[in-house]
Amino acid sequence: MKLQDRLLFNWQVLNRHPLRTSLLLLTIALGVASVIMLTSLGEGARRYVDREFSALGNQLLVILPGKTETTGAAPPIYGTSPRDLTLEDAQTLSTISSVSKIAPIIAGTARVEYHSFAREVITIGSNADFFPIRNISVALGRKLPEDAGEKASPVCVLGARLKQELFGNSNPLNQWLRIGDRRYRVIGVLKERGESLGLDLRDMVVIPVRSAEMLFDSPGLFRILVELDHPDSLEYTKAKIRTLISRRHEGEDDITLISQDSMVSTFNQVLTSLTAAVGGVAAISLLVAGILIMNISLISVSQRRLEIGLLKAMGASAADVRWLFLGESLMLTASGALLGVIAGETIIAVALRLIPNFPFAVPLWAELAAVLTALISGLVFSWLPASRAAQLDPVEALRGAG
Amino acid sequence: MITLEAINKTYEVGGAPLHALQQINLDIKDAEYLAITGPSGSGKSTLLNMIGLLDRPDQGRYLLDGVATETLNEESRARLRRQKIGFIFQAFHLVPRLTAYENIELPLMLAEHSRAVRREQVNQVLDQVGLLSHCQQRPGQLSGGQMQRIAIARAIVMRPQILLADEPTGNLDHRSGEDIVELLESLNQQGMTVLMVTHNPELAQRATRKLTLVDGIIVGDEHLTSPKQ
Repeated sequence: MKLQDRLLFNWQVLNRHPLRTSLLLLTIALGVASVIMLTSLGEGARRYVDREFSALGNQLLVILPGKTETTGAAPPIYGTSPRDLTLEDAQTLSTISSVSKIAPIIAGTARVEYHSFAREVITIGSNADFFPIRNISVALGRKLPEDAGEKASPVCVLGARLKQELFGNSNPLNQWLRIGDRRYRVIGVLKERGESLGLDLRDMVVIPVRSAEMLFDSPGLFRILVELDHPDSLEYTKAKIRTLISRRHEGEDDITLISQDSMVSTFNQVLTSLTAAVGGVAAISLLVAGILIMNISLISVSQRRLEIGLLKAMGASAADVRWLFLGESLMLTASGALLGVIAGETIIAVALRLIPNFPFAVPLWAELAAVLTALISGLVFSWLPASRAAQLDPVEALRGAG
Repeated sequence: MITLEAINKTYEVGGAPLHALQQINLDIKDAEYLAITGPSGSGKSTLLNMIGLLDRPDQGRYLLDGVATETLNEESRARLRRQKIGFIFQAFHLVPRLTAYENIELPLMLAEHSRAVRREQVNQVLDQVGLLSHCQQRPGQLSGGQMQRIAIARAIVMRPQILLADEPTGNLDHRSGEDIVELLESLNQQGMTVLMVTHNPELAQRATRKLTLVDGIIVGDEHLTSPKQ
């Protein structure tokens, strides 16, 4: 039997049993659509994290005090350190040729007061490079002065919400406020950007690192952010930093280096396997659809015994009969899968409009895997019924007896 | 040319062997009109299925146009059925979801004929059985006589040498049955070998040769002169 005639024959069967056909189509389409939608959630989460990290700029290296032997897990936030990282350590790094920007950071919480308003907020001590490295810009005024790394000047830059809380809608520039027990002049307000790597940029204040040293009365840096001038120089720079710091720390390699790449790839790995797992769970529904197809095909084979006997009497071979039944199920699963892809994509398109912030996206592999799983499950589960039909004895089938 | 030599066939029925056919020897020439009669369970249908290559003998030889068929594999037997044999059944066995036209088209599809050829052949046989105007109707919309005509059209659309009819009038009233027999006889006159299993003695008497089976054994083989000729 020619392929186009087989397709015609299958089409006639499906077309003339509309209820049975549409129910089966629905189960397959649901399965495929759920795989697509669930994986799009996982993939969306991955892209979201990816976007967050790349908002930090391209080549970032974070130096933490203390040596923490961890791999794969989330970056250790507080390394236990026998020896502090100091501002002098940070300044030495500028001798490395591949380093373009360095931002030493001291962090802590301090009480910020203006007239009768007071708030306890995160206070960051850093230099002018902190802004480009973290990709933050000011909405009003200017960022920290260029000499903020060396000189303790009484100036500060406010987060957008903090400014709103303390000053309302009036202009905060050149106003004096109190942080801890010292007075600072407001020179800028950060642009609203929300959270970045768990730090709420709206609710903080940035002051020169030397001022922070005095404010918190500690020479120890919380961390040092280093931006490279070229992504290829990552390994070279890491080695160079280790040598420089250990020379200053009496030969001890007591720092932890985290590159942006390693953070991103860790998250990527975690979220990709999560996506695959979620997709796999959804794929179980395709298995269920397959079993349903097997059931219905078995019923159909026993209802169509006469027809099968007749086909054989008319000269259909066992292979012809087998392919007629397999083809029917393949045609069904292929159309169901197509409908599922269309439905899934449509729902994602709608979700993207409703929640524009979350980058829902279907990975191509998930789409292919969903369609392929549907087809394979259709083929595998109709194999038994099709074989039964192919092996049916025409004499018995035509007699109509069991 | 059909030659059966010492054909035996045994079925298991309820654990006991049933000799459906015993030592059957039979020669059927081209364009013969043969009626097979006998009581129920005498092996008439088994003989018909054997000749139609639906069943295989346990022992014996079956030559169809000089080809030994009992050793052929299932594919080759299917091909022979497709090319040389047409079946007609008591219960018509039309596929209910397909129109008259599509039912008749099936054997041509199995033989991989092109659409254009199919259209021509189907319309020709529809015309031959006088149902060209009913070609788009489903079996459910046709009378018994009309269904059997469609079934005959399907059986002859491949221009087979041999037409096997198992009680073709069994489900029909007298008038429709008469029409069907006349149709079969006209096909026989055009050179087709017609083998008809029937209970009806009147019908059997119209054939040119009458075979009587009892318990799987041929007990009578008469050559008749049809009253029509």
